[in-house]
Amino acid sequence: MITKKAKLPKQETVGFFRKRPKYDEEGRLIYYKKKKLIKTRVNRSAGGDIAMILFLLAVGVIMVFPMVYAISNSFKPLHELWLFPPNLIVKNPTVSNYRDMFTILSNTMIPFSRYLFNTLFITVVATFLRIVSASMAAYPLSKWQFKGKKAINKLITTSLMISAPAAGFATYLIISALGFVDTWLVYFIPALGSSFSLYLIRGFVDPFPDSVLEAARIDGAGDFRIFWNILMPNMKPAWMTLIVFSVKDYWNQGASIYIYREELKTLNYALSQITSEGLARAGVATATSVLMMIVPILTFLITQSNIIETMATSGMKD
Amino acid sequence: MKKSVKSASLRRQNRNRFFSLAFFLGPFLLAFVIFTVLPVLVSILVSLTNFNMLEFPDFVGLENYMRLFLNDTLFPTAVQNTLILAAITGPGGYILCFAFAWLINEIPPKPRSVMTLLFYAPALSGGLDIVWSLLFSNDKYGYINAWLMEFGLINEPILWTIDTDVMWPVCIIILLWSSIGTSFLTFIAGLQTVDKSLYEAGAVDGIKNRWQELYFITLPQMRGQLLFGAVLAITGAFSVGSTIFGSPTQDYTLYTLSLHLNDYGGARYEMGYACAIAMVMFVMTYVANQAIRFIIGRIGK
Repeated sequence: MITKKAKLPKQETVGFFRKRPKYDEEGRLIYYKKKKLIKTRVNRSAGGDIAMILFLLAVGVIMVFPMVYAISNSFKPLHELWLFPPNLIVKNPTVSNYRDMFTILSNTMIPFSRYLFNTLFITVVATFLRIVSASMAAYPLSKWQFKGKKAINKLITTSLMISAPAAGFATYLIISALGFVDTWLVYFIPALGSSFSLYLIRGFVDPFPDSVLEAARIDGAGDFRIFWNILMPNMKPAWMTLIVFSVKDYWNQGASIYIYREELKTLNYALSQITSEGLARAGVATATSVLMMIVPILTFLITQSNIIETMATSGMKD
Repeated sequence: MKKSVKSASLRRQNRNRFFSLAFFLGPFLLAFVIFTVLPVLVSILVSLTNFNMLEFPDFVGLENYMRLFLNDTLFPTAVQNTLILAAITGPGGYILCFAFAWLINEIPPKPRSVMTLLFYAPALSGGLDIVWSLLFSNDKYGYINAWLMEFGLINEPILWTIDTDVMWPVCIIILLWSSIGTSFLTFIAGLQTVDKSLYEAGAVDGIKNRWQELYFITLPQMRGQLLFGAVLAITGAFSVGSTIFGSPTQDYTLYTLSLHLNDYGGARYEMGYACAIAMVMFVMTYVANQAIRFIIGRIGK
């Protein structure tokens, strides 16, 4: 009796604000009768919602400033970049920065598409490895009983407190001793042991009710089946979030001290090379920064819309 | 006879258990030990030596630590600055992250995703240092100076990155702004997984307002994300390095342990000494983390 997560009936939205009945897994109305008791949750005043949105919007506009500025800059002609007082929004938009960028990129020694492929490949494979290995390890580390579990968990938590530069030198010694230098294994193998990812996912596995896993075991499901068919679908917000972090990290991967061969280098490295030539390339630099932004933003948008429409844990009681 | 059969099957069960444990945990644990635990152990060893990366390291015992605590005039400054910055930006950034995540979670889903994007934008756009150095540029071409002069509030540009009086506020603003990132998104995801039926149960049990709901239901449910955010906030706060002020900073204002570490590790190649500094940073972070874990463990109890 292991079904995939029960399909929730679609919630009906009345107007823009959330004045709608809530259903549980079997489609029974649960919030309707208790409207009065849970007033703050279900029946929120439209005024409160609007005030909150306006406040968040005000702060949000400040937060989004760097991004707007960067995008606007990329459309500025060179003379407008150095204007006093500087204008936030471009006055005479032009795509010349982007045109210049592609002209330069098409003349590189290694074709531009190769850098793009490298970065894409590294991002996809490393992100996949990170999520799979972290989720698989999070299951026993959270839900099983075995010797040494506590010690491992403690070690992982402690490891998060070490800032990267502190052990960077020793990491270099180890990676070169393993012979990973100048191969992509430098990205892939350490990705398997990302304690950051594990800790993030475990935080979501911990509150998952044991009774559900136990019921599945009694029904004869094996460890892998429980992990894959029950736990993973319910951890969707966790791995969606992890995808955002991971893509952001690997996509922005620039020059690495471990990679020497030009044909293995990344897009960010290639872009930083063409913009390292100072003022003359300032216009191109703005275009490259926007180009680097696009993929993390797209990933974020896709995963966010997924996170928000899920949540099967509602209604699951321990 | 019966007993032996039972023990055999138990043994087989245990062996299966071991294999599936190795299957689930193995890849992670192996990579984790090699690339995270081992480097730290090596660093501890190196901190007991005198190592310049060219000659073979010679063992000097605790000499690096003695020198750090007793003879390094910059060390107390660095520790003090690190602690003050951590005390302000750690909790500050953490609370900001949670407050905004919670507010965003309270609004309807459609504006919610737009808001999440707006707030997460700085973290997504990367290369923020460029924007900050443009904003707080010392000459009149810097945005903030330009605007202030335009409105006639100041006559001469403020030397944001050199004037020691304004460096602290500028640094704190930058750090708080950029603290909305990983923890924020984790909190958003955490709030999504809170078991919604508990709110109903809580209402029956006499939860009166959304503050009680937050404290007794929401927070305990997302203890995992709260701890995660706290660890990130603390580690981040203790390892604040160069922002837009360069290194070393003017009059060693805002000179932190992280800058001290980079100075010895990245510029002078005194790896032993640098590793000793790293160990001090680590111990400080660890102590702060234990304190926070204790506090978070008590939420809603």
